[in-house]
Amino acid sequence: MFLAPYLVLTALFFVYPFLNSIWLAFHQTNGPGSAVFVGLSNFRFVLGDPDFYTAVKNTTIYAITSVLIQLPLSLGLAMLLNSGKSRVRNVFRLILFSPHLVGSIFVGILFSVIFTPRYGLFNRGLQSLIGWGLEERWLSNPGLVMPALLVVSMWMYVGFNMIYFLAALQNVDQTLEEAARVDGANRWQLFRHVTLPQIKPVAIFVVVMSTIGSYQLFELPYALLGGFGPNNAGLTIVGYLYSTAFETGDLGTGAAIGWLLALIIFTVSTIQLKLARVE
Amino acid sequence: MNTIHITLLFLAGIFGVLRWVYPRKAEISGAFARYVLLGVAAFLILSPFAWLVCAVFKDKDVLMQYSFLPPIAEWSRATLNLDNFRALFSGEDTVQGRVYFWEYVINSLFLAATSTSVNLFFTSMGGYALSKYEFRGRQSIMAFMVGSMMFPGMLFLAPVYKMIFQFGWMDTYLALLVPGACSVFGIFLFRQAMVSVPQSLIEAARIDGASEFGIYLRVAMPLVRPMTGAFCLITFLGSWNNFVGPQVFIQTQSSLTLPVVLNQYIGVYTQQYGVFLAGTLLAVIPPAVLFFALQREFVAGLTSGAVKG
Repeated sequence: MFLAPYLVLTALFFVYPFLNSIWLAFHQTNGPGSAVFVGLSNFRFVLGDPDFYTAVKNTTIYAITSVLIQLPLSLGLAMLLNSGKSRVRNVFRLILFSPHLVGSIFVGILFSVIFTPRYGLFNRGLQSLIGWGLEERWLSNPGLVMPALLVVSMWMYVGFNMIYFLAALQNVDQTLEEAARVDGANRWQLFRHVTLPQIKPVAIFVVVMSTIGSYQLFELPYALLGGFGPNNAGLTIVGYLYSTAFETGDLGTGAAIGWLLALIIFTVSTIQLKLARVE
Repeated sequence: MNTIHITLLFLAGIFGVLRWVYPRKAEISGAFARYVLLGVAAFLILSPFAWLVCAVFKDKDVLMQYSFLPPIAEWSRATLNLDNFRALFSGEDTVQGRVYFWEYVINSLFLAATSTSVNLFFTSMGGYALSKYEFRGRQSIMAFMVGSMMFPGMLFLAPVYKMIFQFGWMDTYLALLVPGACSVFGIFLFRQAMVSVPQSLIEAARIDGASEFGIYLRVAMPLVRPMTGAFCLITFLGSWNNFVGPQVFIQTQSSLTLPVVLNQYIGVYTQQYGVFLAGTLLAVIPPAVLFFALQREFVAGLTSGAVKG
């Protein structure tokens, strides 16, 4: 039976851990060996912990901004590329996509040096462009951590999301655009009423996937900031889970945070899909 | 006023001139603006890479002095050299003895190659079964798979950690290889590709006396080669860039992988950025080589689910 490996591995490493994570969430553990039933107290602890709210706040700000800033930019780049020659398109697609090959940890390491005050590439570039930013401490000033994180994530993901938009734009029916143009539609009308409806399924897919991905952010800020940053400004939900479960060794609470994360992601993506259907 | 401002003004000037010279042909100035914008985007994306390549060859005394390379007049062994690589490969003394950088490279390569081959075998079989056999429960298995993809991976880390501990797999590569050996995403990718393998071809092979496994291996697999390329790259990247797994499960220093070790190096080489940057550059090269070899298949595989499905 060809499915046997999948079925065995799923039973072992999906179904069992799935049930076990429910069980764990109601137990207090001290390392992987021991467990005591504690009812809801793991959840009570997490929901009473200010760090959890910091993590939820940071992750939500990150998710919203990356969807609102990054995706329109990806779409814009895809539209710029869509009208070019196919050879040019392939070269630029390759270039813009390339950061995605570099793992989050490596990107974090790279940018931790690029953001060095006075000497870093980013600080110098910003200084010569707008005359500000040379001395800014992007990674140790709590107010600047999130903007820095967004810059890095934009660098990493803008080309990746662009690939999806570009693929969708290539499938857009050219004759419809021609017809609209003949009827005297201007560029914005053309985009809003002809192009956008045709790429809508892909756009929804990208928005939902990128929100889900954003809520699971962890490695990038962890490497970039060498931890969770000043005042936990770079603490994310998964970062909070990681530190609770594996640095403190409290697997039960870790499982509880995992469930809260699943709940948040499920709620947010359901809302997004509902909104998309209404429109 | 500096070089960047002058360049931008110059480009804006050309745009204005094009507009003025060809007032009725907006597409000429439009094409110019498009290439300028794309050029700027490409520049911004590539500059960190260029910076990284320059940084690793600079001596630690001048690393931060110049944005990229020092002016040619100052090129010498004192400014540009291989000291960073020498320091990187000379090994480091850890509490568990001396460990060399190439050991981590081998670990990472071994894990990525093994997990890619195992995954390729298991997921393509799964995809073949789901696309080419009618059996009871097929629909429910597929629905279950879609459902299982909705849960964040981190939810499973704590219970899997507990299981790995109970199995006695802690600090072994089994902990990294076995739980992820058959990705649901991969099964879907292969199912998608194998649906288009003609049923008549399979029937023909069956009449000729080929075994079921032989049909899968010699008829179906060669026909989905582009998807195989895409899947291998995605799996390789996933394993190569995996941080949480080795960080949580592996304790022996000489068994660690590149992401974990380079993250440690930030703390070890606090005054020698060049050393861990050199390591980072080396860690980026294998995926890049693989990507350039497979890029056509990769883009096709990445978008097939989103656009057609």
